[in-house]
Amino acid sequence: MLDPRLSDAPGSQPAKVSPWRDPRWRSYAFQAVLMGVIGFLVYEAFSNATENLKRQKIASGFGFWDTNSGFPISFSIQHYSEATSTYGDAFWVGMVNTLLVAAIGIVLATLLGFAVGVARLSKNVLVAFVARWYVEILRNMPLLLQLLFWYNAVLKALPGMRDSIKLPMNIFLNNRGLTTPRPIPEDGLGWVGIVLLLGLVLTIAVRIWAKRRLEATGQLAPVGWISLFLLVIAPALAFVIAGKPLGFDVPQAGRFNIVGGLVFQPEFLALLFGLVLYTAAYIAEVVRAGIMAVSHGQTEAAYALGLQPNITSKLIVIPQAMRVIIPPLTSQYLNLTKNSSLAVFVGYPDLANVFTGTVLNQTGQAIEVVGITMLVYLSISLTTSFVMNWYNRRVALIER
Amino acid sequence: MSKTVSSNANQSFVQHNVIEPSRPPSNLVGPVAWAREHLFGGVFNTSATILILLFLAWVVPPFLDFLWFDAVWTGKDREACIFNDAHPDVGACWAFIKDRFSFFNYGTYPIPERWRVDVFFVLLTIAVVWMLKLSLPRRDLGAIFAFVILPVVSYFLLIGSPALGLPIVTTNLWGGLLVTLVVSAVGIVVSLPLGILLALGRRSTMPAAQVFSVAFIEFVRGVPLITVLFMASVMLPLFVPREFEPDKLLRALVGVALFASAYMAEVVRAGLQALPKGQYEGAMALGLSYGQMMRLIILPQALKVTIPNIVSNYIGLFKDTTLVVIVGLFDFLRTIETARIDPIWAAPTVSPTGYVYAAIFYFIFCFAMSSYARTIEQRLSKADKR
Repeated sequence: MLDPRLSDAPGSQPAKVSPWRDPRWRSYAFQAVLMGVIGFLVYEAFSNATENLKRQKIASGFGFWDTNSGFPISFSIQHYSEATSTYGDAFWVGMVNTLLVAAIGIVLATLLGFAVGVARLSKNVLVAFVARWYVEILRNMPLLLQLLFWYNAVLKALPGMRDSIKLPMNIFLNNRGLTTPRPIPEDGLGWVGIVLLLGLVLTIAVRIWAKRRLEATGQLAPVGWISLFLLVIAPALAFVIAGKPLGFDVPQAGRFNIVGGLVFQPEFLALLFGLVLYTAAYIAEVVRAGIMAVSHGQTEAAYALGLQPNITSKLIVIPQAMRVIIPPLTSQYLNLTKNSSLAVFVGYPDLANVFTGTVLNQTGQAIEVVGITMLVYLSISLTTSFVMNWYNRRVALIER
Repeated sequence: MSKTVSSNANQSFVQHNVIEPSRPPSNLVGPVAWAREHLFGGVFNTSATILILLFLAWVVPPFLDFLWFDAVWTGKDREACIFNDAHPDVGACWAFIKDRFSFFNYGTYPIPERWRVDVFFVLLTIAVVWMLKLSLPRRDLGAIFAFVILPVVSYFLLIGSPALGLPIVTTNLWGGLLVTLVVSAVGIVVSLPLGILLALGRRSTMPAAQVFSVAFIEFVRGVPLITVLFMASVMLPLFVPREFEPDKLLRALVGVALFASAYMAEVVRAGLQALPKGQYEGAMALGLSYGQMMRLIILPQALKVTIPNIVSNYIGLFKDTTLVVIVGLFDFLRTIETARIDPIWAAPTVSPTGYVYAAIFYFIFCFAMSSYARTIEQRLSKADKR
């Protein structure tokens, strides 16, 4: 006969313990207290807020969204005028400006970051030295300091309109920004776009087919050449055949002013410069860590199998390094997007600047305005992390 | 071996003495070979080397001229640093930094009371060195000093207390280095315990604690610090009763501390996850309670492996303190921004000088912290390899 305490027979009772000693009860009690405290804080905050708002005669609700804003915004892609546009329009202008600087910044920071990251591992000591100190210096200084430096000490200190620095291709640089030729689409550019889009779809298809074939037969296809043709040469041919349907509004230096062209304001440039250089330093470290995470044995085994160096890096090293690189890379992208809110300090009208700055000052509706701004950044972050988690599950090593 | 050689000693065709290995060909060792391998191997490598040398030759001499050779060291207003015939090349205007040095350190803290700030700096230095230098004795006392005694003493020292004979100095007079160090010190001291609690909450089996921790961490990490500071500065006063309206510094401290805790929580969580499950099971098998298990077994190990990450988190926090400008505080960077546009010092090189000074300041602090983190990392990996 077994000891009755060890049997799981239906008749057996768990030993009686006082609720104080029972982990289940203790956990219930703790959670009740926690929820009570949080509930109390929320209630207090809510009642204080209603009272304070009433006392300060601040309206609540989202009625301001459709009210005329009445303030100008110095940079907007879509139509915006202070006379007719609403606070809602101002929100969208800020949002588009944030996404614009973030998107351009991400592309440039990735290019620079990968270059610096690879350079840090270079055999050439000078290259490695410069890359290392680039990373050390940029990472160990506040981004705000760098932005202020670019804006106040570099871009604002450039010569004025009349003594603009003239760069090749009719690009002018002065303290009002960078003026470049403005591309003007003409009839037929649509066809080039269609060819490019078609090329993109075909390239993806070819890559998938080549990967399947490689896995099935082990034969490599000249994917690089095919992609080059589809993405560069074919659109270029289409461009020429369609009769070069792209004009340029070339800026001309007048006596006092520069006429025409596309102007990038110093605010935008300073923010972009600062974000790109700063984030690239972090991306470089991510890339370096990723490459170093691929153990040397992998390369040696590939050589032992008779693979050539470029094939080794393409098929063995890069895929494994990317698995390590991509998650932290995404969080750097998110950091860049969040850091673009430092636009407030250089006066670029991004979401934080337009909305939590001017709109908040004009309406005084702190809870709604800050709430909406946070919600926007939060949804960008959460969407990205959901996508990342899905990707991670897909590429994670499946251990058998 | 030597025996074989001696037994064959009389045979003339046997080599009797060991031949010295001949030196490797001179093109494989020595400085020339090193340069060939590391600087001039191949067309690409060589051109990269030459480009970088040209770049350095183009950048470094003017930079040194600016910093040192053309720099102005003495003077009491803009006259010293403007371009004129007497000195056509004016470099950094260090006279400006010298003149405004105490403003950068204390802001507008009343001059007769500035010794209190100095005492605070000294106490802070003692606490930091005691905590970080692993060879110092009684580091447990050091922890008590840094996390309990120092905050209380500094509070009375800096704010003042009429009972102790120290006149009150309101926080709107604080500025410069003082504010930067106070904000980062409070962030550092508060974020570690709060972060540990949040990390434990996130891994807890209690749904209420878990949901709250996850929501808090993900929310704070999903938004920029600026919006958190905005929230602390414009929403916090609405949420508390009228009588307690917090002053600006306190608002910024709340914002920074909450922000830093969420990031710290993720760092600590990574450390907790890195521990093998056996550690938890072993502790439970010994009959330790949850508190004992965490305090005696889990946290010491988890925190040890995350020290480098904690320090790099602190570096981020230190850099982020520059953003408290947004709520109207005068931190170190803001005092430089204010001083550089002062008409008394309106000279072309004053702004760059101010930024270079700020850059050197932040670089020294952050680089010291990251070097420390690297040392600890090496120490830990050595301990693992043993």
